[in-house]
Amino acid sequence: MAVVVQEKDFDLAAELKELAGFEGTAGAVISFIGLVRGDASLLALELEHYPAMTTKALEEIEQMARTKWGLVDVRIVHRFGRLQLGEQIMMVAVSAPHRRAAFEAADYIMDFLKSRAPFWKKEHGISNNKWVTPNPDDEEAIIRW
Amino acid sequence: MTLKILYFAWLRERIGEPSEQVETNASTVSDLIAELRSRNERYDFAFSDLSSVRVAVNQTLSDFDATLDGASEVAFFPPMTGG
Repeated sequence: MAVVVQEKDFDLAAELKELAGFEGTAGAVISFIGLVRGDASLLALELEHYPAMTTKALEEIEQMARTKWGLVDVRIVHRFGRLQLGEQIMMVAVSAPHRRAAFEAADYIMDFLKSRAPFWKKEHGISNNKWVTPNPDDEEAIIRW
Repeated sequence: MTLKILYFAWLRERIGEPSEQVETNASTVSDLIAELRSRNERYDFAFSDLSSVRVAVNQTLSDFDATLDGASEVAFFPPMTGG
């Protein structure tokens, strides 16, 4: 299981070195990075999580994807704390024998991570602060799997 | 039984505490919510719209009609927004 939950930033290239598959077992690697998006009125994005549950929830999502696609390896890194505009929030990397499995598995992991992993985002703006509400499409994204 | 109850995001802000120990005889999550709501206005307001509240029992996502048999930790929070 390769799930990391941390406050500090991460380096995609260094994380990919931890991913199995580059020794000949994988034919495809997909990596995805989620970023803090917004305009100048966004001062910070605060990410709260449920430490006792977060790693377990992410590992369950990882295990479901491994079983469904026969993946070579998965690595998920998710940050918490106060992030600035443009900063990296999280990444997922997947290695698989073939391209389509890698794309689909990464998409699946992201869909479940968005609404099944215990993270909550709060936007700190110039004029107000507000908790981010989920996009209604997020739940539909899960149903399609 | 004694339960550890955790609150996250705006539930934590509305209730004013991140966690507490509660002595209760509630048999389901719904019973526990009813008990908490009867305490005072802050709790009543925090749980006034259950369509925007999620629950985890012993760190596993659960339902409001779930039993509290064997539960030691119950967490309440809004829909998750990770990624």
